[in-house]
Amino acid sequence: MRIPCPLCGPRDRREFYYYGADDYLRRPEEGAPPEAWDAYLHLRDNPAGVTRDLWHHEMGCSAWLVVTRNTVTHEVISVRLASEKEAAK
Amino acid sequence: MRYSGLKVITEGLFGNKGWRPAWRNPEPKAEYDAIIIGGGGHGLSTAYYLARNHGMRNIAVLEKGYLGGGNVGRNTTIVRANYFLPGNSEFYSHSLKLWEGLEAELNYNVMHSQRGLINLFHSDGQRDAFARRGNSMVNQGDDAILLDRDGVRELLPYLDFEQTRFPIYGGLLHPRGGTARHDAVAWGYARGADRRGVDLIQNCEVTGIDIENGRVTGVQTTRGAIRARKVGILVAGRSGQVAAMAGMRLPIESHVLQAFVTEGLKPVIDHVISFGMGHFYISQSDKGGLVFGGDIDFYASYASRGNLPMVEHVMEAGMTLMPMIGRAKVLRSWGGIMDMTPDGSPIIDKTDIDGLFIDCGWNYGGFKAVPASGWCMAHLMATGESHAVARRFRLNRFLTGHLLDEEGTGSQHNLH
Ligand SMILES: Cc1cc2nc3c(=O)[nH]c(=O)nc-3n(C[C@H](O)[C@H](O)[C@H](O)COP(=O)(O)OP(=O)(O)OC[C@H]3O[C@@H](n4cnc5c(N)ncnc54)[C@H](O)[C@@H]3O)c2cc1C
Ligand SMILES: [Zn+2]
Repeated sequence: MRIPCPLCGPRDRREFYYYGADDYLRRPEEGAPPEAWDAYLHLRDNPAGVTRDLWHHEMGCSAWLVVTRNTVTHEVISVRLASEKEAAK
Repeated sequence: MRYSGLKVITEGLFGNKGWRPAWRNPEPKAEYDAIIIGGGGHGLSTAYYLARNHGMRNIAVLEKGYLGGGNVGRNTTIVRANYFLPGNSEFYSHSLKLWEGLEAELNYNVMHSQRGLINLFHSDGQRDAFARRGNSMVNQGDDAILLDRDGVRELLPYLDFEQTRFPIYGGLLHPRGGTARHDAVAWGYARGADRRGVDLIQNCEVTGIDIENGRVTGVQTTRGAIRARKVGILVAGRSGQVAAMAGMRLPIESHVLQAFVTEGLKPVIDHVISFGMGHFYISQSDKGGLVFGGDIDFYASYASRGNLPMVEHVMEAGMTLMPMIGRAKVLRSWGGIMDMTPDGSPIIDKTDIDGLFIDCGWNYGGFKAVPASGWCMAHLMATGESHAVARRFRLNRFLTGHLLDEEGTGSQHNLH
């Protein structure tokens, strides 16, 4: 699998560290109930198909990426910088 | 039909005409007392123990493909009871005891071979950790022997003791650990369940779970609707999808784990061996193939094949530990979809929906658990109470903080 980093271009999977589903981008507010933290940290849709997850370009530019990809075919559909996605919201 | 040595001989003498199918192939009924979703090791053993221990007869196992076609037929067959944490330790100890009586129990040769498992260590710190683990295994009533370097050399003379990058300091020997024939375990439980009246229904995919007023009433399948007051979900890597049919999100992410087998060789590796630096473990099957593997591929995936970086890593680790295997040809590699929990431990629990139970989160270690998981899940489904040895496998432990982090690496999906 290759991931096209927006800054570095297509790079081998070995250069990236997988962090997990993009649920991690939706951090609960301070004081949120434990259920919200459990959902944020642990509960997952875990789809067989298109998913969106976070990867760190550890051995490249060190950017955090939001990767939209297919968990069945391993096709990478789109990649953007996590910082951009946050700004776009 | 009872299987025996005498039966094999007489059948051989009379042209093998007397063998019968090991189980029926029934049509689904409109209603059962209990439905088991998933005909893998855990689903089949649950059905078996529901019948055997709790006297239930009107049970169906619904399998979307064929029995034993999932992870139970894809794993590297290691059976061990070398867990450390209270909660895991008593459960796997119970499972190993069931394994030791399984062939007599099922009248089926599951080829359980207690050839001894050796976990190697490569530093003082690792030795201390394994010594502590060994003590906890002994306290649990199981067996563990701490070997020094010479002790390992005596048993495994072919390891590379000269290389200096990861010197072998010793190993923890678990003499009762070993392997079993994976398919045979599924077939043995399937046959045993069928003989007790359980309907094993193949090519029957569950597509929906019917719930009325917070209570499960049955399932929708590709072979029609089937009613039941009790439904158990035991679908391993597919747990997320099936739980979603009941509106649940699980603390599970599915990852691929690969394994490899070489051409058949003369007996050369007598034990199960694991390398403590870089993930690698190996044993030799009764057919002679070297069966080995390593870590998961480390990203969410439902592709039943693996990625190349992990292939490379496993081969490198194997060559570092035992260069002699470098000339064996790898015949096949494959992958299975693992139901990974954040803390690496399983779940056997009720859900918030009355009558709906779930057994999942086996990570890469659920084969050894097949007997005890079925035993405990059957107990839970029949009595409504968790079995004593599975009482910490709670669905909500991530919410309450009662984690079972056997590796001590933290509670996050990408760590185990
Ligand atoms: C490469 C590899 C090596 C491993 N090595 C070991 C090892 O050495 N030791 C060890 O203890 N464990 C090992 N494991 C883990 C072990 O194999 C699994 O944890 C265990 O088999 C999972 O439970 P199961 O047998 O019930 O799963 P499966 O056999 O996967 O059973 C689940 C079943 O559910 C069915 N299903 C799914 N969705 C539906 C639906 N909607 N309707 C109906 N049926 C459905 C599937 O078709 C499948 O047959 C390994 C796994 C792999 C992949
Ligand atoms: Zn980059």
